[in-house]
Amino acid sequence: MGMYLLKTTAFAAGLALVAGSAAVAGEDSTLTINGDLTISTAAAAPSHLENIDEVVSGWLFRTDETQSLQMDDFDNPSFVFVDIGIDLWEAVDGTEGKSCSSCHTDGPEEFAGLTATMPRVDADGNLETLTEIINRERVEKMGAEPWKYSKTKMASLTALIGLQSRGMPVNVAIDGAAAPYWERGKELYYTRVGQLDIACSGCHEDNYGVMIRADHLSQGQTNGFPTYRLKNAKMNTTHARFKGCMKNIRATPYAEGGDEFKALELYVASRGNGLTVETPSVRN
Amino acid sequence: MKLIIATAVATVLGATVAMAGSTKPQDVAFEDGAVAASVSGVAGDAAVGRQVFANRKLGNCLACHVNSEMPEQSFHGEVGPTLDGAGSRWSEAELRGIVTNSKQTFEGTIMPGFYVDSGLFRPLGGFEDKSILNAQQVEDVIAYLQTLKE
Ligand code: HEC
Ligand code: HEC
Repeated sequence: MGMYLLKTTAFAAGLALVAGSAAVAGEDSTLTINGDLTISTAAAAPSHLENIDEVVSGWLFRTDETQSLQMDDFDNPSFVFVDIGIDLWEAVDGTEGKSCSSCHTDGPEEFAGLTATMPRVDADGNLETLTEIINRERVEKMGAEPWKYSKTKMASLTALIGLQSRGMPVNVAIDGAAAPYWERGKELYYTRVGQLDIACSGCHEDNYGVMIRADHLSQGQTNGFPTYRLKNAKMNTTHARFKGCMKNIRATPYAEGGDEFKALELYVASRGNGLTVETPSVRN
Repeated sequence: MKLIIATAVATVLGATVAMAGSTKPQDVAFEDGAVAASVSGVAGDAAVGRQVFANRKLGNCLACHVNSEMPEQSFHGEVGPTLDGAGSRWSEAELRGIVTNSKQTFEGTIMPGFYVDSGLFRPLGGFEDKSILNAQQVEDVIAYLQTLKE
């Protein structure tokens, strides 16, 4: 028995060393976009994080080629979707004959800073996501159909709105009315799931910085979402990503837009408090 | 010689016989993390075990471990320690324990239990009440691990 303990400790120490240093070793931690917007891709961890001292963007873990795509908006494939978002912003839809721009006459710029604070608790005490706000506006103000949670239209408009916060620090509220949702999200983050019996924390907290087969594990931060993935050539929402990670460990994902993923979205976003919004980012 | 015969029998008679003599996951007896008896009741085949080890839908051990004996496979993960020399570091019974249910050896480890079919939360449809590997695949992997000498 003693032998096992000894070996376990030795491995644990080895892993900690790798996880702690490899993530940013030899990397320039500054991301410059279009030659003028400078984004810090690392920040001191928010005080609620118990096991990590520094939070780092997923951008740092990508290859030089993938990183460079995010350094110029002309190269960044997300902007095809941002353009779709601009069209949707102007598009009249629904029984009221209105578009977003009918009411929000200052343009999407009105929402600078919004994505940095999402999700948040609304006046009725419910946790709401940007996606839900957009659908509420569509239904209540425009008399239009709600969009599917992770499909192109929604992902494109949230990318356009998220872009207005690019360069601002992530700052979601976790206290007061948000506290119970945040606690629920935290519980989900640390719960082992699936046939492989692994929690989010097993990969993104205990092992970021190391390779898991062909993938370089990041901290699983959401400051770049929605994100364009080279793998599926489209914008990917946070909930779609959570779903993918759960399926990889052979776990039944929670529903996109459901209470569990909303709570997880809040908790994961809060792990990135202090990081900079990079939306719309590029990943592999 | 004995080993060769056992392997031949298992191969000829196939999985049905192997399963009939096998121990159910919840009945596997651990002693200090180790499991003495074959969980399938027959010896493992190292060559088959090598395939199970690499296969992404089966062991996918390379997701987390470097194994220099498999240079033809690209992308060896580094979540766990290298398995070079694992057959010298651990006895057969210890390896069986680690592959069957690593949590019995390494408390709280991220390494999945490969012969565990209960107590799992929200398994994906189609994987409910199923272990990642079956009893014979576990034995095959153990036979292979024993060939990884320092
Ligand atoms: C078995 C390992 C594993 C588990 C468990 C896991 N993930 Fe991931 N996750 C990955 C890999 C691999 C990637 C892609 C590389 C990267 O960014 O880390 C990824 C990417 C992500 C990203 C995108 C990060 C970015 O910068 O684009 C988020 C967000 C994320 N995961 C969240 C989660 C959450 C939440 C959970 C739990 C429900 C979870 N992951 C569970 C392996 C895992
Ligand atoms: C998700 C990650 C993961 C997967 C998949 C995985 N392992 Fe491991 N394994 C580990 C970790 C981590 C350790 C170290 C124990 C610890 O401290 O948690 C380990 C330890 C071991 C050890 C003891 C280490 C030594 O050499 O001294 C052996 C043997 C082993 N694993 C074999 C396997 C085999 C065989 C498979 C596939 C059937 C496998 N592992 C799949 C993560 C993994």
